[in-house]
Amino acid sequence: MTAAFWIITAITILGGVAAMMLRSVVHAALAVTVAFGGLALMFLNLGAQFAGFAQILVYIGAVAILVVFAILLTRGSETPRDAVFSKTWLSGLAIAAAVFAVLGWAILNSPLALEGTKPEPGVTVKDIGIALMGPYVLPLEIVAVLLTSALIGAVIVAMHDKEGAR
Amino acid sequence: MSPLAGYLLVAALLFAIGLAGALVRRNAILVLIGIELMLNAANLNLIAFWRFGPHPEALTGMMFAIFSIAVAAAEAAVGLGLVIQMYRHAQTTDLDQINRMKG
Repeated sequence: MTAAFWIITAITILGGVAAMMLRSVVHAALAVTVAFGGLALMFLNLGAQFAGFAQILVYIGAVAILVVFAILLTRGSETPRDAVFSKTWLSGLAIAAAVFAVLGWAILNSPLALEGTKPEPGVTVKDIGIALMGPYVLPLEIVAVLLTSALIGAVIVAMHDKEGAR
Repeated sequence: MSPLAGYLLVAALLFAIGLAGALVRRNAILVLIGIELMLNAANLNLIAFWRFGPHPEALTGMMFAIFSIAVAAAEAAVGLGLVIQMYRHAQTTDLDQINRMKG
């Protein structure tokens, strides 16, 4: 448990809590970007450079921008006057707390989690590229097909279809 | 507490925060953000197990995390497209007001 771990943990958790607590949707989108950045730092701290930079590119670069565009297109930028939490908020919080209690109990009682520190694995981006072109080439191609179909599907779903103007 | 347990606890807490947001918030976009937080917590688990597992050179957990990021990006694009279409149909993104299956 280093100081870096605690600082990054504080950034990530505070960003996540703020994203779910803030009244304004735009502020929540900015807070969740902070949480994504904290997670990218956590990946880098764990020695997973490629996943950390992919996280920055995909989440901070693409998903946050998509969320802001969706907020603009749904006119959600003004702060809501009435309640921002659902009527059944108490049961929702209870379910989330119960899930965290079960997960925390399982982690703290697991013999696997008691292992000590290990030296950092020296995995370079070159190794990841070779693995992606070798044993993982079929999943890579399937992800390419999935991303293409998601692109076309998102455009078709969000397309503005006026009557008689197709 | 070992480093692996620390990272797993952070991931569990982030998952619980995302789940609470997805269950409690009324805005559909914020529900999607909560789901993204849950996916990210799962990615943190995969990376932590890769780092502290017995065979990090096999890259299994890392590959899982990278493919999971790609699938989550596709999910976010389609989900936000659905939210925009839902807003055009119902003129609101408040999930407590959208309570009819029939358009």
